[in-house]
Parts: sequence; structure tokens; C-alpha cells
Amino acid sequence: MHELAPVSPFIALAYLVAGVLFILALRGLSSPATSRRGNRMGMAGMAIAVATTLYTHDVVSLPEILGAIVVGGGIGFIIARRIAMTDMPQLVAAFHSLVGLAAVFVGAAAYLNPGAFGILDPLTDEIHNASRVEMGLGVAIGAITFSGSIIAFLKLNGNMSGKPIMLPGRHLINLGTLAAILGLIAYFVTDQSPWIFWTVTALSFVIGFLLIIPIGGADMPVVVSMLNSYSGWAAAAMGFTLGNSAMIITGALVGSSGAILSYIMCKAMNRSFISVIAGGFGAESGPSGGGAAAVDRPYKRGSAEDAAFLMKQADSVIIVPGYGMAVSQAQHALREMGDLLKKEGVSVKYAIHPVAGRMPGHMNVLLAEANVPYDEVFELEDINSEFGQADVAFVIGANDVTNPAAKTDKTSPIYGMPILDVANAKSVLFVKRSMGGAGYAGVDNEVFYMDNTMMLLADAKKMVEEIVKGLAH
Amino acid sequence: MDFISILSIFVLACFVGYYVVWSVTPALHTPLMAVTNAISSVIIVGALVASAEAGSIAAKILGLLAVVFASVNIFGGFAVTERMLAMYKKKERK
Repeated sequence: MHELAPVSPFIALAYLVAGVLFILALRGLSSPATSRRGNRMGMAGMAIAVATTLYTHDVVSLPEILGAIVVGGGIGFIIARRIAMTDMPQLVAAFHSLVGLAAVFVGAAAYLNPGAFGILDPLTDEIHNASRVEMGLGVAIGAITFSGSIIAFLKLNGNMSGKPIMLPGRHLINLGTLAAILGLIAYFVTDQSPWIFWTVTALSFVIGFLLIIPIGGADMPVVVSMLNSYSGWAAAAMGFTLGNSAMIITGALVGSSGAILSYIMCKAMNRSFISVIAGGFGAESGPSGGGAAAVDRPYKRGSAEDAAFLMKQADSVIIVPGYGMAVSQAQHALREMGDLLKKEGVSVKYAIHPVAGRMPGHMNVLLAEANVPYDEVFELEDINSEFGQADVAFVIGANDVTNPAAKTDKTSPIYGMPILDVANAKSVLFVKRSMGGAGYAGVDNEVFYMDNTMMLLADAKKMVEEIVKGLAH
Repeated sequence: MDFISILSIFVLACFVGYYVVWSVTPALHTPLMAVTNAISSVIIVGALVASAEAGSIAAKILGLLAVVFASVNIFGGFAVTERMLAMYKKKERK
């Protein structure tokens, strides 16, 4: 009963169907129109995988298992219904940590009861060599995913400062720990004693923690994507242990998905993946090559009425939202402003920078939540040329992604990063809490001091609500 | 299954993943993360094996805990994805 190898072809087929349904789930996301059907396919795939597993094993503890599913499922469902859309990055980080922990527990269970997983060599009664490596890697990746995601969650949720925490000699410590983990997994092949297994697990928890603490808030989109990728590789490693095609296909899908998202995020910041992982970005504060300090340069300050008047007269307005919009929950007021402008015959579009917000696509979800039609929302490369014809660029809660220093100033830390060319619009309205704080990169933004820029200094939501009032009469 | 067939599935699935994920529209990258998170909880298969089989009590408890965690993710992940996707609407044409 324990040997999994000679599975009936129908069972293998069921897992394959589940894997294909998962592929179709991601495929559905190629457009919002097909996305919900895709999500349903994902659910069907999961149902098939779970049902097949229960069906093919001598389940001696069905009530406990069903109880566990009901408890976990209930918690998950309630969280999913209640979570605010602005908190999505934290939620995803928390979910990643659960996948990681589940992988660690499954790996540990496989180590404690290898017979159940069919990974025992019948001749020697020891765990297969290949399985030891797969198990070790699965547990290590799972543990890194877990502790890394916990730190990412604490930083995103504001329980921990978004500032990088730099330990002295951290590169040496990290590389040493990684080498120790890999060395122990290799040694595990020759000696399957418990201390090796548990040391690998413990060290992996530690390294996950160490890897994420030096990474600053602005790099979180990369971190969240990277941890997404890790959770996939952990599932794939466990899939190897179990010889299960659904797990392997899913693991590969999720692994490559997270890797591609990390790549897109890095490219959008013109940073290398290595430099993000090395951490420390945004640690040194103050103007680092971005011109003089913000306080002593002249800028034009406007009121909500000025802004309302200016936009009413415009033919076209492009709105550039950033993380500040999410923080002040200004998306609903913003949509109202857009509606009023459209009533006045103004063309309204939204321009999204790939790294706006704290996770890939964060701004799009918030705008969708506020009922902004998705065909009014454009990606950087699709809209950037339109700023030249736009009357008003309305920047709300974004900063670094509009900074021309990324193009002109070779010494700037954000040099080379693709930006939204808001400076090309006839006028720029810049909603910002105060002139003090520069962006996450700690660089001053030339756009503030241009002749055609009006600074709207207030909380984003309050300012937009004031503008809505100004537009209404 | 022997190692080479498993490896073949894995390598081919990586390629499928690569092309499928590049075809995802950037506007849906947050739902993509939520749904990949839900499906990576297919690790529940391993958790079910551990909690179903007789043998080790410790393994069974670990398995059941992993079932709870994975279930949080599966139900939470799919539900939150569904909630997000329901919000994406096209412009109403009059």
C-alpha cells in the first residue's frame, strides 16, 4: 500500500488534468475578460488534485482531514472577504509564508514517515538518495519562503520599519549560511541522521530572515515577487519527492511566474536582481546627487480650487497614481474626480508605472476597486508618448517614477530607470503631503520646481475631495 | 515515475510557465500573484498523504497542520482573486 510508483494510469491522468487546469488558470489572466473563467479552472484543478489524493490513499483519518480543511478554508475565506484592497501586498506575503511553512511540515512529515511517501529503498530500508536531496531542498526553500515572507509581511504591514536593517558583514554571514545549508544537504545523502535534517531546517529559517531584513520598502515589489517564486520552487521540490505531476507542473508555473515578475520589477527600476537582494537601497538619506535640498528652492503652491479650474479648462488629463494614493485610500475620490472631469468633456486617462505601489499591478487593482474602467488605465510604454499632448498631468502619491533625474543625472541612484514623462505635459499638478520628504530613493525631483508645476500640498485623499467639491460647482 | 520523466515534466512546465506568464496583462499582475499563491498550495497533496497514512503520529500531526495552512491559502487565494477579478470592468458604452 505504501509504494506509490506503480500508480494506475487514471490517477496519473487525474493529476495531469489538474496540472493542465492550473496552466489554463494562468492563461485566463491574459485579459480581464477571460480571467474569471481562468480562476474557476484553477479551483477545479485544485478540487481534482485533492479528491484524487484522498481517493488513492487508505485514509485512516478522514474526519480529522476534513476538519483541517474546513478550519483552514474558513479562515482563508473570511480573510479574503474582509481584506482591504490596499492591504493586498501584506496579504500575499502572509499567504506566501503559509505555503513555505506547509512545505516545511510536509518535508518533515516525509522525513519522519518515509514509508507513507513511498521513498524508502525496500532493500536497505533507508530513504532514496535522490529523495533526500529533493526533501532537503524542499524544506530549505520552504523555510526561507516562510521566514522571508514573515519579514516582508511585517515591513509591508508597518509592524517593522521599511528602512533596511544592515548587519555588519552580512554578505559574509549570508553566503556562509547558504554554503552550510547546501553542504549539509549534500552530506545528507551519505548520512540521514536527524540532526542534519533539522539543522538544515533551522539554518534555512535563519537565512530567510537575514535575506529580507536589509531590503528597503521601495524594493518590496521585487521581494514579494521573489518569495512568490520561492513558494513555487518549494512545491516543485516536494512534487519530485512524491513523483506527483500536478505539484511539479504547478511548482514550475509559480516559480517562473514569480521569477518573471521579479525581472519585470527590477527592469522597471533599472536595478539588477543581485543589487536588490544585496539590499540597503534607500538606507542613506539626504540628497545624494539630486541637486540642492528641497527646502530652499522656489516652487509654486496651488489650492484645490486652482487645480479644479485648471483641469476643467483642459482637454486631456493624465492621472499618475503611486503608493501615496494607496496609503491615503484616495482611489474612490480620484474616480469621482475623473467622472466629473469626463462630464465636462475632458479626456481622462490613468498612467501606471510598473513599480508604482508595493506589488506588481497594485495600482490597477485599487483603480478597479474604485470602478475605474480598465480600458482607461494604461501601462508606461503605452501612454508615455501622450504626455506631450496632455494639458494636465495629475501626479498623486508618486514621485521617483516621474523624476527626470533618472534620464539626465548620471550620479543619481535612480539613473536609467524608465520614468513617466509628466514634465512634458503643459502643466503638472503634483499632490504631495509636504515638500520635506523626498521619494524612497532619497532624491529630489526637478519636476517640483518647474514653471508649469503646481504643488498641491496636502493629504492625497483630502486634496482630491476638495478638488471634487471645486469641480461640482 | 522515474526521475527522468519527472524531470522532463518539470523542464517543459517551466517553459510553459515562461510563455504563459509573459502573456498575462500587467494590469492583472496582482491577481496573478494571488492565484499562483493559491495553486502553489497544491502542496496540500503532500500534506494529505502525510495525514492520511498510518505510521508516525508526529508526521500525521505535521501533515494535518500543513493541511490547515494550505487550506487557508487555497480558499483565501482563490476567493480573493475572484473578488479582485470581479472589480475589473470595461467602460460602459452608451
